[in-house]
Amino acid sequence: MAEYLIKNGFVFDPVLGIKGDKADIAIKDGKIVETTAVKNPKIIDATGKTVMAGGVDIHAHVAGPKVNIGRNFRPEDKLFGYKAGKGIERMQGGFSVPTTIRTGYNYARMGYTTVMEAAMPPLYARHTHEEMQATPILDQGAYPVFGNNWFVLEYLKNHEIENAAAYIAWLLRATKGYAVKVVNPGGTEAWAWGLNCDNVHDPVPYFDITPAQIIKGLIEANEYLGLPHSMHMHANNLGNPGNYTTTLDSFKLSEGIKPNSKFGRDQVMHHTHVQFHSYGGDSWANVESKAKDIMGYVNSHDNITIDMGQVTLDETTTMTADGPFEHHLTELNHLKWANADVELETGSGVVPYIYSPNIKVCGIQWAIGLELALLAKDSMRVFMTTDHPNAGPFIRYPRIMKWLMSTEAREQQFDAFKYKDKVIDATNLAGIDRELDLFEIAQMTRAGPAKSLGLAHMYGGLAPGLEGDVAIFDFNPNEPYAPDDIEKAFGGAEHLFKTGVQIISDHEIVSNGNKRTLWVNAKVNDNPQVMRDVKEKFLRYYTVTLNNYEVSGHHYVPNPYVIEVDATQ
Amino acid sequence: METVTLTIKDQPGLFLEADTITPDAVAGKKTEEITALPVYVGREEHRLGDYFEVSGKAGATPAETKIVVNGDLSRVKYIGMKMTAGEVVVNSNADMYVGAWMQGGKITVNGNVDAFAGTGMKGGEITIKGNAGNYLGAAYRGDWRGMQAGKITVTGNAGSDLGTFMNGGEIVVGGDVDVHVGTHAEGGKIVIKGNAKRRLGGQMVEGEIYVFGDIDLMMPGFVYREDVDIEVDGTKGRFALYEGDLGERHRKRKGQMIYGKLYQQIRA
Repeated sequence: MAEYLIKNGFVFDPVLGIKGDKADIAIKDGKIVETTAVKNPKIIDATGKTVMAGGVDIHAHVAGPKVNIGRNFRPEDKLFGYKAGKGIERMQGGFSVPTTIRTGYNYARMGYTTVMEAAMPPLYARHTHEEMQATPILDQGAYPVFGNNWFVLEYLKNHEIENAAAYIAWLLRATKGYAVKVVNPGGTEAWAWGLNCDNVHDPVPYFDITPAQIIKGLIEANEYLGLPHSMHMHANNLGNPGNYTTTLDSFKLSEGIKPNSKFGRDQVMHHTHVQFHSYGGDSWANVESKAKDIMGYVNSHDNITIDMGQVTLDETTTMTADGPFEHHLTELNHLKWANADVELETGSGVVPYIYSPNIKVCGIQWAIGLELALLAKDSMRVFMTTDHPNAGPFIRYPRIMKWLMSTEAREQQFDAFKYKDKVIDATNLAGIDRELDLFEIAQMTRAGPAKSLGLAHMYGGLAPGLEGDVAIFDFNPNEPYAPDDIEKAFGGAEHLFKTGVQIISDHEIVSNGNKRTLWVNAKVNDNPQVMRDVKEKFLRYYTVTLNNYEVSGHHYVPNPYVIEVDATQ
Repeated sequence: METVTLTIKDQPGLFLEADTITPDAVAGKKTEEITALPVYVGREEHRLGDYFEVSGKAGATPAETKIVVNGDLSRVKYIGMKMTAGEVVVNSNADMYVGAWMQGGKITVNGNVDAFAGTGMKGGEITIKGNAGNYLGAAYRGDWRGMQAGKITVTGNAGSDLGTFMNGGEIVVGGDVDVHVGTHAEGGKIVIKGNAKRRLGGQMVEGEIYVFGDIDLMMPGFVYREDVDIEVDGTKGRFALYEGDLGERHRKRKGQMIYGKLYQQIRA
């Protein structure tokens, strides 16, 4: 493989602790190496430019059945956005629910090289993998959803952690999944009965288990297995005024549990899109930010990581396994609604949504997301996401950087709100003058998420031995710049390397890369009871047989990267 | 106002997608530049001049520009798409999407138009001297934003799915219409001077539909309220007022529920 030496760039790397100093970065055989290890490298002149590791997205909805429902039922989303294929680039379309091809290219253009699909319904894992393999360049993994799964509900009702863990290990292998995802624990199953779970003690109908038992049980099972990532959580009561108490109650369930993982993470719970979970008040008329309470907790408890779920003020497509929430949303905005029940496992809904700067609540949501990042004491534990496409499309990450790095940019946005004063009254953002620097941005978008995922040995930094994922941006942090320069520079990487292959050269995509699918193979002791339960449930309830369920073989995962975990004891 | 005349000289093998036939695209341009504007046949890009003879002169701004299009345009789509000002005169039949997402100005078609004319229209005026196809003033497939403002006048008949998801503006049809009128409408005014068939106002939330002739079958979601004497588009008469769609959500104004209104003329 070609050798590269990226010379004289301003490097921002939390792993090496470099905060904008000039440094050279060398790539050889797909990995970062010492600069002395390259003999005849191709030189990339990064003088006056910013160099960072490839970005890592810990939570986005980019592949699978609900993304595809979004694509199918929103032809208007791709009406005017088509781009014909040209050279190496294939045809691209779509805005909030882009084609897989555009997904890969647009992440690459922002300097991202690893993206995790945040919710895979196990029954449709095959579809999810087919879409991921059709997404070029990026290394990807997918989180199967467990929080409303009948096996999980039955095992955890009796606190059978070992059985739950054996089932998780089996399902991760069957679906080629990466982590344990929980969406509205118990609430989506309750939705199949026309109900919901509004707080952590609200019992699930029929199963007679509470969300608190599910959450705590799944954290314990996750740590029993010692998986690379922690339990990945979307709590109950998303998107409702006054829900911050439910969020804090959910956080507290992680107290006293220590991480058991050889993969270097410190947290036992990652809570996603916390913006949607940080609302005070008791109606949309008096909804207000509770980001201070939420961040007060997060800052003082280092066994939790979170991501933002930043509202970007766009027209977008919401999609979640939180079925009851999507019904709530369509009742609010009267736009079209898709709903799906996934047999014994989960459900989902899809509704278009317009986050308008002319609506007070949208302005408040925008402010809350930024507050989370700006109130963070440790940017290694608070990550940039838009819960793509729920709070906005991922292509807005550079715009979020602008808002985080510039009070001027935030003031411009405040001025563009129709109800500026009401938004300011209901939030803390106007009183926050913190401006993040590129080192902190690198923590939020690279080193932090990589560590939380248990992938710090591969991604998130520029230390020798890590994957050769490097982005070079046409941005000189030592020269004066306008806020919009940030958005422009980080929206179009000048060069990008993925696993040592040059993907972008002079802002042009020059390779479709060699994408890999990450999955976790957790070995556990033989568990005849769980295997009997699996067989029985498939015979009695599933519409497919086990043979038509498992993701296996070259067709679904042509280029796997398996992370082995030994949980036999 | 300056006039550019486009005369079709070569019929496309498939269909010609010519959203550059707008005052916005040609304003301020020289003839050579207009000739070089892109048009599409399937996935291939061509020049406007490959299919049209270009003559005349464009105005400095769209508002000062008039385009006259001559020859058989029944295989040309998107004429006047997204135009904001000025005028387009089509001396022929035209294919789909005439004046789609139009924001201002005026389009006159001296012939028939195919489906989706005035889709998502936000302003301006479309006059069709012949018949209109399906989805006149409707929303694009999947979209909930149909015609929002402006006026469409059809001398002849219109097809099915007229004014689907219409939110504002006015459509006047001189002749008859096919099934599905004002489906999902949340505003706007539809006047049908001939006969209608069935499924008028299905899932209608707000807005007005006037029918001068017969209605084959009334939706079960509409109820008769009263007879009213009104004037509609210059015609005075007595109309039976129905309200619906009762199966849909409706907002309240001063404690009163606001329904979609369907007026049918009562003839002696």
